[in-house]
Amino acid sequence: MTSMSEAAPLRSAPTVGRGSEGGNAGALSPSAPQRSRLQRLRKPFEITILVGPALIVFLAFVIFPVGIAAYYGFFSWTGFGPANHFVGLRNYTHILSDDAFRSAVWHNAEIVGLSLITQGPIALLIALLLNRKMRFQSALRILIFVPYVISEVVVGTGWSLMLASGGAVNDLLGKLGLGGLKQDWLSNPSVAIWTLIGIITWKYVGFAVILFLAGLQGIPEELIEAAQIDGASYWQVQRRIVLPLLAPTVRIWAFLSIIGSLQLFDLVYIIWGQYVAATAGTSTMATYMVTTGRAAGQYGYGSAVAVLMFLISLVVALVYQRFVLRRDTEGAVTGGAA
Amino acid sequence: MATTNLSSIDQRHVRTSGRTVRRSRRTSPKALLIYFIALMLVSVILAPIVYIILGGFRSNSAITTDPSGLPTNWRGENYWNVLSTGTFWQEIGNSTFAAIGTSVLVVILGVMAAYVLARYRFRGRGTLYAIFAAGLMFPMTVAITPLYILIRDLGLTDNLIGVIIPQVAFLLSVTIIIMVPFLQALPREIEEAAFIDGCGRLSFFWRMVIPLSKPAVITIGILAFIGSWNSYVLPLFLLSDTAKYTLPLGVQYFSSQYSVDTARVLAFTSLAMLPALVFFSLFERRIVGGLTGAVKG
Repeated sequence: MTSMSEAAPLRSAPTVGRGSEGGNAGALSPSAPQRSRLQRLRKPFEITILVGPALIVFLAFVIFPVGIAAYYGFFSWTGFGPANHFVGLRNYTHILSDDAFRSAVWHNAEIVGLSLITQGPIALLIALLLNRKMRFQSALRILIFVPYVISEVVVGTGWSLMLASGGAVNDLLGKLGLGGLKQDWLSNPSVAIWTLIGIITWKYVGFAVILFLAGLQGIPEELIEAAQIDGASYWQVQRRIVLPLLAPTVRIWAFLSIIGSLQLFDLVYIIWGQYVAATAGTSTMATYMVTTGRAAGQYGYGSAVAVLMFLISLVVALVYQRFVLRRDTEGAVTGGAA
Repeated sequence: MATTNLSSIDQRHVRTSGRTVRRSRRTSPKALLIYFIALMLVSVILAPIVYIILGGFRSNSAITTDPSGLPTNWRGENYWNVLSTGTFWQEIGNSTFAAIGTSVLVVILGVMAAYVLARYRFRGRGTLYAIFAAGLMFPMTVAITPLYILIRDLGLTDNLIGVIIPQVAFLLSVTIIIMVPFLQALPREIEEAAFIDGCGRLSFFWRMVIPLSKPAVITIGILAFIGSWNSYVLPLFLLSDTAKYTLPLGVQYFSSQYSVDTARVLAFTSLAMLPALVFFSLFERRIVGGLTGAVKG
């Protein structure tokens, strides 16, 4: 970082005619004042050349779409021709008073909470298990990550076939003498959300485990050894030393998990489709947006849903960063725990 | 930074495998319990994958009468049927094109921008970094409706380029967040030596930064490749011509088209998951190592 400011004067030392792309100015051997002007222009030029393409693509395809969504959200627009039927806030009042949207928001909240409660402890236990010295350790580390690498469509297709009422899961339960546990896993509204959580956990727990394992590697072994010498048991060490030191990693994972849960779309849409999701109690804001927006040809309405989704995610993210992650960015955690 | 992490992981693997040999001589009941838990874990993880693969070898009547059974007589015809149709290969081709295009572009644009953010001092640098980092707050799902409108106005629907460019844009944030600390960690002596030798900053970029940042670049490239290979929402919105379908859309289309032919759907699904699994097993250490590096960095 600081190297640049120090390196800058070095650069103006006479070039030895290496004929490199950057050294062309030196090869022309211009007079001194011209040279320094070129040098001064060169840095902004280089910055523009290097950052420009990325910035243009980023602004055009990430920032701008959210901007035009905010614009179209004020119109009743079918997606064709100019949007000229201005409706003010009517899209928003309609969305907010729509029971389907409210229940979608509630489902999102459930998914956020249940994901944290199920995935967090499971991932922690798996990470602690995989952090022990054991045979097949590296093979296990790879296997746990496999579901994360498989596409949502494959996961959704496979699980929906297995969980169908006459599918493999119910059949297996019958064979194991657990026929009483047979369920309509996908269509029973009181079960479906748990089915979804189960599939989400299966798919994404590997990601949490990998993050936690990385965090565990950063914990100095001396601390653990010192505690062991002092007679602490395995679980005491985990609870008093490992967990507190792992807390920053857990908080970052929780942040990613919350944002992901709020945006959940693929799995629900693939397994439940656009209409069944609402009756099964698994619809999310994103599936609501697609069902009422694009699928119904109401792009103004869909844009308004997108804006609401964005605002909800943004508020959650900012609140989380303000109250939970702040400690980490201040670096107080390691200091406090040591 | 990422290199040190990668090497430390490697060392750890070596070290633990050395210890396990000693440990295996005295297998206590506690250790047995741990292995039992690990075994349960593996079976839960693998069961759905095995179900999909084995189901492809069965007949529809066998699947209907005994859904959770194993194949009694192995039939390759479901797989053969899928492999002998042009659609599967076309979708593989489309997915490969989109994935390679996405990873190459995101690496080029991302490294260029990250280099400036890491090693140039100029006014507005912090703002620029904040703008890119803010992209993490804009997941693609939120932007998908307006993005579709934008791509349609650009005339890029039913075109894989229209899929690639937004994917690159949305991956730039993560790329820059991973790359900037990595590039900042390059020792300044290298840079000073290069400048003394008359190397300009751009040529320093091509000759030193690109080769030195290879580990991080490979990690980003792999993550981008897998992300693109699996991406669903964007192709779903942008591609309506089945000839342009990527593999995920193909799987969904196939499973609705042949919804009664469960065995064939399972065969198609397992073939669709195979490339990602092979790719992952080839680069597994890079992916896991890269993620750990990203977190620690």
